[in-house]
Amino acid sequence: MAQYIIRRILIAIPVILGVTILNFFIINLAPGNPVDMYVNPSATPQQIAMEKHALGLDQPIIIQYFHWLGQLIQGNLGFSYSTREPVTSLITSHIGPTMLLMGISLIIGYLIAIPLGIISARKQNSWVDYLTTGFSFFGVSVPHFFLGLGVIYLFATKVLLFPTGGMNTLGGSGSFSDLFVHLILPVAVLSTGIAGNMIRYVRSSMLDVLGKDYLRTAKAKGLRQFIITNKHALRNALIPIITVIGIDIPMLIGGAIVTEQVFQWPGLGLLTIQSISSRDYSTLMGINLIAAIAVLLANLLTDIFYAVADPRIRYE
Amino acid sequence: MEVKNLKKYYPIKKGIISKTVGYVKAVDDVSFSIYPGETVGLVGESGCGKSTTGRSLVRLEDPTSGQVIFEGKDLASISKKEMRELRTDLQIIFQDPYSSLNPRKRIGDLLAEPLLAHKLASKAEAAEKVNHILETVGLSKHYKNRYPHEFSGGQRQRIGIARALMLHPKLIICDEPVSALDVSIQAQVLNLLKDLQKEFNLTYIFIAHGLGAVKYISDRITVMYLGKIMEMAKTKEIFEHPMHPYTEILLNAYPVPNPHMRDREQIVVEGDVPSPAHPPKGCVFHTRCPFAKDICREKVPELNGTDHLIACHFPLSQ
Repeated sequence: MAQYIIRRILIAIPVILGVTILNFFIINLAPGNPVDMYVNPSATPQQIAMEKHALGLDQPIIIQYFHWLGQLIQGNLGFSYSTREPVTSLITSHIGPTMLLMGISLIIGYLIAIPLGIISARKQNSWVDYLTTGFSFFGVSVPHFFLGLGVIYLFATKVLLFPTGGMNTLGGSGSFSDLFVHLILPVAVLSTGIAGNMIRYVRSSMLDVLGKDYLRTAKAKGLRQFIITNKHALRNALIPIITVIGIDIPMLIGGAIVTEQVFQWPGLGLLTIQSISSRDYSTLMGINLIAAIAVLLANLLTDIFYAVADPRIRYE
Repeated sequence: MEVKNLKKYYPIKKGIISKTVGYVKAVDDVSFSIYPGETVGLVGESGCGKSTTGRSLVRLEDPTSGQVIFEGKDLASISKKEMRELRTDLQIIFQDPYSSLNPRKRIGDLLAEPLLAHKLASKAEAAEKVNHILETVGLSKHYKNRYPHEFSGGQRQRIGIARALMLHPKLIICDEPVSALDVSIQAQVLNLLKDLQKEFNLTYIFIAHGLGAVKYISDRITVMYLGKIMEMAKTKEIFEHPMHPYTEILLNAYPVPNPHMRDREQIVVEGDVPSPAHPPKGCVFHTRCPFAKDICREKVPELNGTDHLIACHFPLSQ
C-alpha cells in the first residue's frame, strides 16, 4: 500500500507539469492583457510598452513560461498584476474563508443526505421516499445563483434575519456569533446542492445492495433490521458514496465560484472571478495550480478509501 | 412443524397509481407436516414455488395467508420480535453460495455474528465456537480471517452450512444447497449434510430440482407444480410407485446411469409451465398432462390419501 501511494505521488509530478503548461498557454492565448486593464486609458503607447517591458510581457511566450516555471519551483507564484501583492499571500488569505464555508457545507450536506438516502431506499415508493427524491431533485436542479438570490431576497431583505453577504459586519467586532450569522445563508444554499446530489447516489446504491442475497442471510441470522441496514448494507453501498465525496473534496479548495460571488464571500471563488475580470494572469494561474493539486490529492485519497471500504480491492 | 393452507401471492401492479390488477400465485394452498429428525424433499420445476415455500416457512417472506405451526406457535402471525428469537431454532441454507455471503465481512465475524446478536455467547466463546464449527464442516480454522471471495463455491457453501449451524437450530431449510455446485462437490456437501443431521439431530426441508440429490437425502418427498402439492410420499414409494402423471414425467426426465435400462417407455411432457399469474382452471397440470379428461379441466383435485398423498383425478395404476 505504502509503495502504491509513493508511486501515485511520483506519477502526479508529470501530471502537474502538464497542468502548468496547459494552464499557462491557455490563459495567455486569451485576448487582452493585464496592462491594458490597469493602465490609465490616456496612457501613450510608449508608456504601455514600457510597462509591458517592466513586467516581462514583451518577451516570447516560451521564455515567459520557463521564467514562471523557474520561479514556481522555488515556491514563488509571482505577483498579482492588479494589486501588486504576492500571489502566495493572496491565496493564503482567501483559502481560509473558502475552506471554512465549503467544509461546513459539505459536512452538513452529507449529514442530511446519507440518512435521508438510506431511509429513502428502505421505504422505497413511500411518501418519505417521494419527499426525499423531490428535495434531491430540487437541490440538484435549482442553480445556486438563483437559490442564493432567492434566500437573500426572502431572509435578508424582506425579513431582516441574516446579512446579505460578506463574512463579517464591516467595522464589527469580528466575533464568532457574527461570523456564524454570515455563514447561515451561503451554507444553506451550498449544502442543499451537495445533499441533493449525494441523496441520489446513496439511495440508488442502497437500493442495489438491499436486494442482495446476503441481506436475506443477515435476516435469517435473526439480526435487527437497524443492524442489517446500517452495518451490512451501508458498508457494501459505500463505494459510490466515496466516489462522490472524492469529487466533492476539490471544492474545499476551488470553492463555489458562483455562490461566493452571490454572497460576496471573501474566498478563492471570489478571487478567481476578480482575477479573471482584471486579466490578472499570475493570480489565476496560481489558483488553477492549487485546484489541480487538490483534485489529484482527492483522487488518491478516494482510491485509498476504496481499499479500506472493500477488502477485495488491493493495490500492488 | 405443521404447515396449513399456506399461500403466498405477489400482487401485480400497473399504472401510475399502482392498482393491483392480479396476483402471481407463487404458493397456493399448501399443507404438509414435518416430523422431528426427518428430511422432507421438496421438488418441482423452476418457478413452481418451492423456494418461496421454504422462505415463507421461516418468515423471510410474509405468507399471504395460512399457518406455519412450529412448537405450538404460528410463525405466520407472531410478532417480528418473537420471530427474531425463534430464528435460533430455524435456519436456512441458501442456494447461491456466491451472493449469500456479505463480501465485506471476514468469515469469523460472519459466523460469530448470530451468536453475538442473540447474546448467546461472549466474544471469546463465539471465537471458540467458530473454530469448532469450521472444523465440523471440514474447513481449517485458520480460514476465519479470510473474506468470502477468497473461497471456492464448495467452500463457500460449507461456510453457509456452518453459518446455519452456529445457533444449533432444530430445523434447517436447505434451499437448493447443491445446485450451484460442481457435481463432484455436490456429493461432498450432501454427505456433509447427512453426517451433520445425525450428529446434531436436525430436521431438514430439502428443496431441489434435481431428483438425484433429493432421492439420496430425503425420507419423504413432496412434488410441487405451479404452487400446489401434486404428490407426497416416502422416497421409495415415489421412485418405485409414482401415482401422479407429473411425478412420472419428472422421474422420466431423470437420467438413468445404466445404459441397458434406458429403453423403457417414456411419457414425454410438452409445452411450458403456464404462468402462475393465470393458472389453468381445474387441475393446474391439465394443460400438459397426457391423461387429462374433461373433469381435470373443471374440478381441482383434492390432495387425498394417508401415507401416499396425491392430487389427481386419475392416479396411475401400479
